[in-house]
Amino acid sequence: MGEAIVITSGKGGVGKTTTSANIGTALALQGKRVCLVDTDIGLRNLDVVMGLENRIIYDLVDVIEERCKVPQALVKDKRFDDLLYLLPAAQTSDKNAVNSEQMKKLIDELKQDYDYIIIDCPAGIEQGYRNAVAGATKAIVVTTPEVSAVRDADRIIGLLEKEEHIESPKLIINRIRPHLMKNGDMLDVEEITNHLSIDLIGIVADDDQVIKASNHGEPIAMNPNNVASIAYRNIARRILGESVPLQQLEEENPGVFTKIKKFFGVK
Amino acid sequence: MNRKQNVTIKGTKDGLTLHLDDVCSYEELKKELNQKLTESSRSSEDRLISVMVHTGNRYLSEAQEEEIKELIRQKKNLVVESVRSNVITKNEAEKLKQDNEILSIARIIRSGQVLEVPGDLLLIGDVNPGGTVKAGGNIFIMGALKGIAHAGINGNKEAVISASVMKPTQLRISDSLTRAPDDNVEEGKREMECAYIDEDNQITIDRLQVLMHIRPNLSKLQGGF
Repeated sequence: MGEAIVITSGKGGVGKTTTSANIGTALALQGKRVCLVDTDIGLRNLDVVMGLENRIIYDLVDVIEERCKVPQALVKDKRFDDLLYLLPAAQTSDKNAVNSEQMKKLIDELKQDYDYIIIDCPAGIEQGYRNAVAGATKAIVVTTPEVSAVRDADRIIGLLEKEEHIESPKLIINRIRPHLMKNGDMLDVEEITNHLSIDLIGIVADDDQVIKASNHGEPIAMNPNNVASIAYRNIARRILGESVPLQQLEEENPGVFTKIKKFFGVK
Repeated sequence: MNRKQNVTIKGTKDGLTLHLDDVCSYEELKKELNQKLTESSRSSEDRLISVMVHTGNRYLSEAQEEEIKELIRQKKNLVVESVRSNVITKNEAEKLKQDNEILSIARIIRSGQVLEVPGDLLLIGDVNPGGTVKAGGNIFIMGALKGIAHAGINGNKEAVISASVMKPTQLRISDSLTRAPDDNVEEGKREMECAYIDEDNQITIDRLQVLMHIRPNLSKLQGGF
């Protein structure tokens, strides 16, 4: 029996889809059977990030409306031998095409076959959100170090705490820019974690490669040397129950010249 | 048989006190009250006489109370000042208890959440920005207040708000309102603070310790120690 984890944030554009794709990929790299479920009906894009868009035949609404069986709609990622699947969202309907009970039934069915079901939640707190959390047993809240994103994360955590079938949510702080954080121009990790008072499961640095990889339909987690990739892999290991220390996001050691300047207090 | 009187009238320097018997039937009581008042009404005086009514252990419904008041008012120059009874209904008692008790709640009030209590609120946790706490009485927050707190929602201007970390978006007491200054520069170590309405009808923030002087009623402990 698998675990269903919903990836949510409240605010749009903080990286829910990227996070879903990469956590799914990282879990598959660890040898787990993973099914990604895109619940953003009408605005799907997890398939694009995964590079699976051109293989979609049926989608989530087809499954719910029983136009096909669940396995028929699942898109297999050939880069992973029978480990990673995607259930894409429909592009032609909207969020009201599905209700929470139908979603719960579907996720329960998927739990029989997969170790992890990663549910990518749409932005907002309306029907789409309710559908995404209906079948989940765990939740990960994604936020960025911005006041607006943290505010929405707080709201979402409040809503998630009311859902009795979901364990206390975990936090990912995404798109961290170490130099801004160091200068105090960005909320720092400790501040955000204290404010939201939930467990931190990972921090991810803002990295150009993430965008590049997404555009190529290749989740960054497949690249073993990238800083963000390591962050996602660490998160996957923490989901599996390992205890992995937080990444150090400080930039490389400053050169001798910088050290001397710092010594004399020159900026 | 010397019948026991159902209505006793006593004169005090403040006016009249009517003691109504609590055993006889209501109808009987009304009849006798009417009779007694008619006998003793001396219409020669112009001065208004205030009347206090004691109903003992009898519970009067609102309609009955109004009827008794009306009966007394009909007599010239009598004014009903108060009606007192030894008994209240369970509902009234329940409400009285709620209005006077300190409700303690251990949780974080997050953005979009509203917590409202009828009496005093003791919150063991934070109020995050976008979250609201409301209380009929005082609000005591053991964590950080970063959202909105509204004390004395039913018009109690004596209500106070205190928090370990006072960084509210807005403070409301009764119908007064104040908001955080736009330039949030003063940081650093701060002690527990409280907010109250001062003599100029303005919400003021001060050290917690001033409360014992300006709101001595906050102490519920009777006697000394």
